[in-house]
Amino acid sequence: MQHIIIIGNGIAGITAARHIRKLSDHQITVISAETDYFFSRTALMYVYMGHMKFEHTQPYENTFWKDNKIDLQNDFVSSVDTIHKTIHLKSGGTRAYDKLIIATGSKSNKFGWPGQDLPGVTGLYSKQDLDYIEQNSANCKRAVVVGGGLIGIELIEMLLSRNIATTFLVREKSFWDAVLPKGESELIGRHIREHGIDLKLETGLQEIVADQNGRAKAIVTDKGETIDCELVGLTAGVSPNIDFLKNSGIELGRGVKVNRYLQTNIEDVYAIGDCAEQHEAIGNRRPIEAVWYTGRMMGETIAQTICVSPVRYNPGHWFNSAKFLDIEYQTYGWVFAQPKANETHFYWEHPSGKKCVRFVYDTNTRAFIGINVFGIRMRHQFFDKVLTEKQSIDYVMEHLSAANFDPEFFAKHETDIKNAFYQPL
Amino acid sequence: MSPNIINLSVAQHASEQQSSKQKMALAIGLSGLFILVLALVNVQFSNKALWLGISLLAMVVGTIIYANDLYLHHPAGIKNNGIWFKSLTSKGTLGWSISILLTLFYVVIYWYPQYLGFHADKENTGLIALFDPLSALLNGHTATQWFVYGTLYTVAILALGYKFILKYRHSKYQIVRTISVMFFQLAFAFLIPEILAKLNPEKAYFVKDIKNMWPLNYYMFEDWHLKSMLAGGDLGLFMLLFGIAMIFVISPVLTYFYGKRWYCSWVCGCGGLAETAGDSFRHLSDKSIKAWEFERWSIHLVLVFVVVSTISVIYSFLSNNPDQSIISRDQFAYGAAALLTAVVGSIFYFKRASLNKDAQYTLAALGVILVCTLLLNYFWGSANLYFIDSYTLRSWYGFAVGAAFSGVIGVGFYPLMGSRVWCRFGCPMAAILGLQQRLFSKFRITTNGGQCISCGNCSNACEMGIDVRAYAQKGENIVRASCVGCGICSAVCPRGVLKLENGALENRINSNAGLLGNDVSLVAMLENHKKTERKS
Repeated sequence: MQHIIIIGNGIAGITAARHIRKLSDHQITVISAETDYFFSRTALMYVYMGHMKFEHTQPYENTFWKDNKIDLQNDFVSSVDTIHKTIHLKSGGTRAYDKLIIATGSKSNKFGWPGQDLPGVTGLYSKQDLDYIEQNSANCKRAVVVGGGLIGIELIEMLLSRNIATTFLVREKSFWDAVLPKGESELIGRHIREHGIDLKLETGLQEIVADQNGRAKAIVTDKGETIDCELVGLTAGVSPNIDFLKNSGIELGRGVKVNRYLQTNIEDVYAIGDCAEQHEAIGNRRPIEAVWYTGRMMGETIAQTICVSPVRYNPGHWFNSAKFLDIEYQTYGWVFAQPKANETHFYWEHPSGKKCVRFVYDTNTRAFIGINVFGIRMRHQFFDKVLTEKQSIDYVMEHLSAANFDPEFFAKHETDIKNAFYQPL
Repeated sequence: MSPNIINLSVAQHASEQQSSKQKMALAIGLSGLFILVLALVNVQFSNKALWLGISLLAMVVGTIIYANDLYLHHPAGIKNNGIWFKSLTSKGTLGWSISILLTLFYVVIYWYPQYLGFHADKENTGLIALFDPLSALLNGHTATQWFVYGTLYTVAILALGYKFILKYRHSKYQIVRTISVMFFQLAFAFLIPEILAKLNPEKAYFVKDIKNMWPLNYYMFEDWHLKSMLAGGDLGLFMLLFGIAMIFVISPVLTYFYGKRWYCSWVCGCGGLAETAGDSFRHLSDKSIKAWEFERWSIHLVLVFVVVSTISVIYSFLSNNPDQSIISRDQFAYGAAALLTAVVGSIFYFKRASLNKDAQYTLAALGVILVCTLLLNYFWGSANLYFIDSYTLRSWYGFAVGAAFSGVIGVGFYPLMGSRVWCRFGCPMAAILGLQQRLFSKFRITTNGGQCISCGNCSNACEMGIDVRAYAQKGENIVRASCVGCGICSAVCPRGVLKLENGALENRINSNAGLLGNDVSLVAMLENHKKTERKS
């Protein structure tokens, strides 16, 4: 029996713990300074919006951990001594490990904006961020959210639920257009404005201005406009939360450098989830992937490696999903904002302007490459199979109704989409 | 991480606040309710029909204006903001107060109808009298407390059904389903039975709502009800035969193809009220494993209770009225024993693998006890197949389950335990349909591969207290006896993970683990590992 210490109780660390328990009788300790119990970070917004209580974001009952002999420790790991295989805790103690799994997730990006650390300025990542926003938005009339990605739109939706007026500063020409092609990006942009949000495109943050008490009272945009506000949300992405590993001897890049077996340069030290950085990107994936399901997969993989035999992390076909206010988004395979040289994009938009689909396929071989879908649900299993079997775009068109995952009685659009696709030019 | 700052604000959440239009709508609706209160305290209205009309209309119009203002100014989508902040919907003072009032209302209606003004031997007074003109119009008699209750019940389903449709107007499934429960309540449960009663004025009372089948309608086979049906001419005979066909043919077939939802969330009146008036409380159901354990015992014991009570009642009816029966009591005793054996036996034979050990033992033990007791008493020549006098049994059932559980707790506790307390813990109909849904049905909720982010919206929204997320995050389909197929888990899912489907029986529960995102070879490895584990 070995002692396995997991730093971080997010989806990656907790999945690792659960699977190590399934596969072995190792002693497992999970250390986190954020919360006592695992919760779903993606659901924090719903707590603020009053859809759920915080305890509802916890997928396992509190007795689960004891029942499964997974020790939880609320503490902050201040440093790691890889030579003596111990970790040092903020509370003063040390713990010895046989194997160490680093799963410390991310922290919100700040880009050196003047005033970025003032009271009234926050990111949206942790339970502490949620508490902070709760405490600081009670008398808030206007909030400014900086950074147009998935977290930004979540924060906007949260504030909207409390009738707080919001200004959304987005540096790009169109919402999230580094990832979304023009059609989708504009569709979401329209939807954002439909909710009465003051969306300012091609606008960045210059500085955050303090009032006489040293609290944020306004922001100045890079176009020189001053916007009064009581709360500033900084949601310009996240980066690995690994400051405590400096001087540990563990190789760091932007994240903790790992190979395909999720091993660091130090024996018996592994990194998984948001904080892990692959030496070389896997396929089209980024070396650091701050995605829920990759954390889960890495957790499963590392458990196999530690308990059974080394398994390469092999995340399969890319997929993801999100929700922009009322519009759901799913993607399977690769869809880039700009078509690559060999790619053809076909875009269909419903007359309502609230649903759309984009298919990407190889211009020469007609092999299906990827799909973006907004306002319509599609079956993961279908596209995973299509991608594995390298089926053509024509196969996808022919079987589109098998791909549909919308609830019963929902309007079907397969015929319209097919007709539009095969329409003679 | 941000530093913690103590919150000194005493401001309310914005979601507690109401627009002036909503306040006006509340005033209209409450005025309508107030007229009923005035009638209750014996204010004499000169024109009862007019005032009752004004009262009902005001409540409906108030609800419509309120719902319009609440939902139509925002784009269609999920509208759950603040449900865990508002006093009414988070077990706050308002929730408790409404719960107490509703509970007391039920106590009075079941056991003290005279307080509402119902008098069997003289003219009605108070609230009941206010409904006399409407009752006379529909069924030709003066009102009873059940007519008043039925009317208010129907009005609640219609008005709050409208609100529900606006709330979920982005979901065609929800719209169609809600129109269905509104229709079945208005036509089948309310208008048609009342009108049939008017057309057959001389006949004794029997149930004329064809969707109200045994065992939800537990007195279907009690002697007075059987006699009324048998003496009720073609209509009575139709109701008896249709009722039996519902139990043995229509319901099993529909449940096989569509799951129990065809009844529980599309047709049933209890379900209708839960889905419309109860929608604001759906998230209050207990999701803990303990609650699930309690639920399995509670609902199945009620089922056993109703089966025992019904068998006893029919047996004594056949003993006492051999001339009115087409089967003899001997045939019935053997038939009941054979049916019980067949049901328990076939579950055991075909589906043992999908039951856990506890369920297997309980089922086997119960089956043996039920059949043996029945046969023993029969051969002893006892008049009571289950020891206790059948009239005592059924009156206990009527009191404990028929009234206290389904009415008082079932609706009175909406604001405390969610909208499906009765359906989840007590309804024997739901228990039968649930057994079938779990074991012999094409229905399931499909999980969409690896898209689940464990957010918990689905579990939170489940009125039946199913921890939907526990399945979805494993990539597993949801096949649960209690699921009524309301489809709200699917509606609130932000990632498009859940879909109600009727599909092949093979791999109904199958795990989509391969799509949790792992490479296929890893899954194969996991499976190999499982196999070796099993061998060792």
